[in-house]
Amino acid sequence: MPAAPETQFRETLNNAALQNAVYSATGRLMDKRKLVVAPDVLPDYQELRDQAHALKKHTLDNLDHYLEQFESCVLARGGKVVWCKDGGEVAEFLARLAKEKDARLLVKVKSMTSEEIELNEHLEREGLEAVESDLGEFIVQLRRGRPYHIVAPALDLTRYDVAELFTQKLGVDQDDVPEHQTQTARAVLRQKFLSADIGVSGANFLVADSGAVVLVTNEGNGRMCTTLPKIHVAIAGIEKLVPRAQDLAVFLKLLGRSATGQPLTVYTSFLNGPRRPGEIDGPEEFYVVLLDNGRTRVLADREKRETLYCLRCGACLNHCPIYRKIGGHNYPWVYSGPIGAILSPQMLGVQAAPWLPFASSLCGACAEVCPVKIDIPKFLLQLRSEVNKAKRRDRQGRLERLGFQAWAWLMRHPKLYEAAGAMGAAVFSEQEPGRWIRSVPAPMNVGPLRAWMSERDIPPLPARSFRQLWRERTRKKGR
Amino acid sequence: MSTRVSLFVTCIVDQLFPEVGIAAAEVLERLGYEVEFPEDQTCCGQPAFNTGYRAEAREVACRCLDALRGAEYVVVPSGSCASMITHHYEELFAKDPARMEELQSFLPRVWEFSKFLLEVAKVEDVGARFEGAVTFHDSCHGLRELHIKEGPRRLLSKVRGLTLCEMELAEECCGFGGTFSVKFPGISGAMSRNKIDSILKTGAGTVTGVDASCLLQLRGALSRAGLPVQTMHLAQILASQ
Amino acid sequence: MGRSAGQAPAPLSEPRIQPAEMDLETRIHRFTEALESLGGVVYRASSPEDALSYARKLLDGKKAAASNAPILNELGITAIQGVASGFTEESDLRALCASVSAGITGADYALADTGSLVLFSSPQEARMISLLPPLHLAVIRKEQILSGLDELFSLEPMPGDRSSSMVLITGPSRTADIEQILIRGVHGPGEIHVILV
Repeated sequence: MPAAPETQFRETLNNAALQNAVYSATGRLMDKRKLVVAPDVLPDYQELRDQAHALKKHTLDNLDHYLEQFESCVLARGGKVVWCKDGGEVAEFLARLAKEKDARLLVKVKSMTSEEIELNEHLEREGLEAVESDLGEFIVQLRRGRPYHIVAPALDLTRYDVAELFTQKLGVDQDDVPEHQTQTARAVLRQKFLSADIGVSGANFLVADSGAVVLVTNEGNGRMCTTLPKIHVAIAGIEKLVPRAQDLAVFLKLLGRSATGQPLTVYTSFLNGPRRPGEIDGPEEFYVVLLDNGRTRVLADREKRETLYCLRCGACLNHCPIYRKIGGHNYPWVYSGPIGAILSPQMLGVQAAPWLPFASSLCGACAEVCPVKIDIPKFLLQLRSEVNKAKRRDRQGRLERLGFQAWAWLMRHPKLYEAAGAMGAAVFSEQEPGRWIRSVPAPMNVGPLRAWMSERDIPPLPARSFRQLWRERTRKKGR
Repeated sequence: MSTRVSLFVTCIVDQLFPEVGIAAAEVLERLGYEVEFPEDQTCCGQPAFNTGYRAEAREVACRCLDALRGAEYVVVPSGSCASMITHHYEELFAKDPARMEELQSFLPRVWEFSKFLLEVAKVEDVGARFEGAVTFHDSCHGLRELHIKEGPRRLLSKVRGLTLCEMELAEECCGFGGTFSVKFPGISGAMSRNKIDSILKTGAGTVTGVDASCLLQLRGALSRAGLPVQTMHLAQILASQ
Repeated sequence: MGRSAGQAPAPLSEPRIQPAEMDLETRIHRFTEALESLGGVVYRASSPEDALSYARKLLDGKKAAASNAPILNELGITAIQGVASGFTEESDLRALCASVSAGITGADYALADTGSLVLFSSPQEARMISLLPPLHLAVIRKEQILSGLDELFSLEPMPGDRSSSMVLITGPSRTADIEQILIRGVHGPGEIHVILV
């Protein structure tokens, strides 16, 4: 089973420019969020979180019912629903559709779901051109990289990186002014919007009682991709459902605020099928692809299915001290940060990255800001148990378990525990008054002690433990 | 007849920072309590629980319950150990009806040290004196599970001679996280240095908090960096006279 | 799932819709404040003539595409030099919108607390007019301003009954994808003006 990418961690931690970029960008997002969920700005913030959690719980506990309702509503509005087990089936469907409609060019709205299934790579293999139209994703696509953050794909890049990239890939003159870079992207992409055959989006929400797809965007590319091409295909995980259009009054108040500190993003689109008779523009064909890709497996766990409540706001990433240090590319999958740490093991299996649930100090900042109140620390702890069970057979797993069994045995025998403590005190005694210990002799510098001392000093063990001091104290008082 | 409280000092205080336990006892005695130390206690089981070894954690938790049974009040000078008991024991014993029943009457009697002073003893001024500038670190479990935030600051505000300086990153995790500190030492160390930067900006000579494990991490990093800032548990400051 | 096949789900509580009480002046004030804080411009016309004159000044003789919203006709905005309207064919409209400096629309509602415009796609309102040109001018009656999302969803519990598309437009198009620097006018209009009559 793969070990944690220690070398990459160290590289990231030592990269001062990257550390600064990630820390300040996430810091800004945290500050923006704080302003708009403050009690004087959104007094019912906590109540909304409870409501959102309850709505998601109800939906997922009854997902079969809502999926059926959603499908019949989409059909009633002239759209089509395509059920896909995995990314391969999605790509197959799109390839077939493109062939049928003689389509060559697809324009895409930012969609983490499409990243999850590596859609663009699949489409490329089928000879189709799929262009990312969200500025951040456009940049990531040019780089042939992976998004750095669920909401801000190019969080790790500076304007100089972008300038370099645009010159290399688009042939434009070097220009590190973000306004100019944006204009360049706008010009390139406008051509694509106007000539694309198929617009592909994700969905922030699927509305069961309407058969609608809700998109929440800022740039306008979401509207472009779902208005100009003749065909709109929305790809969404089955967990994106909400029961009623009216429930959006709760969710829309939480999503933008939690993600970017915006009470509403610039464009909130409620898309309900192909254009109606009399409507002048809009797609002529409307498809919703419902993707499983392991979600039903997550759903099967009554407790951890809460992971699927996620709105993909990215707040947990912004507040996570670990994400802010190691950044988005050190996670094993497209979903990074705290949500990634509980979603990836459940969707890929714990063996894919057994170290992942342990890469957390369990500080709980994520759960505190999650708009749908997912108890991320609780699930990290559960996943840790599952990893240990999976590692039962391998050498390191057995050694560690033995270690804890020995520890537990010692803790159940207070006299022996005390004796062990006294032995330790004899070894790690105070050398200089008030000074902590900087290094220990080589034979002792192993395992957890070595790991600790690679970064910090250790205290000298006191000559007498509390219980010994207490006995003396009690004796003295007795006199 | 004065009220008896049982001290659950926690393994880390017992073995590494016994002065914290003594200080907690002194403060409680000053307030008129009779302090007991049930000797059978060792650890609450958190290290095993957090590392994913629930069976082992349960064994140690049983010992902890047995040792503290019958106490009218259990006072714990640690936010994370107190919340291990009050917030996670039920999950550990979910399948054990007898223990679950025991927990119903036991859990309400378990108090983190600062909360005991404010909510049971109902005092803010414990008659302490401590000269110097002090900054407070909000330990994660205490902050988010026990809602410990304003309380210790109120207690510190009554300490004569003490200047309380707020650090910008008071609520940011110190990077200890139990076995996280040794499984991911590079990240843990980087987090501690972030915290230290924030501490230095306050100009305070002392960092305090309700969790000795956080203070172990912070002092270890301060010492490694050769910085003179010292760490003291809240109990030690409140015991100072 | 914990239920047998075909068994109905447990009942769901009523949707949480709590429209804020807001008088007209407050609505106008809040809407203006909210949209202007996002870089939009709100003009409160003193009369229909005043509205027309503002539109004329804003357009400054440049080419614009106007929707078929009745209010635009009523105010004489569609008659301004350079404004073309009355389109029902998409291809004609697309060619126009891709080349004009401004798109002029009405709106179905506005939301005071966020400074949003609500547009349903219809024979009167094509989607692309508020999307393709770099400037979007919307003309609405003050009475169309709702307090917020809750009032919107209480009036329109099933937006799909009305149209294939409902869009909430909250300020000019923007991005912060490069170093978190705020830039306006990415793909959608970089300027929004709203005339209140």
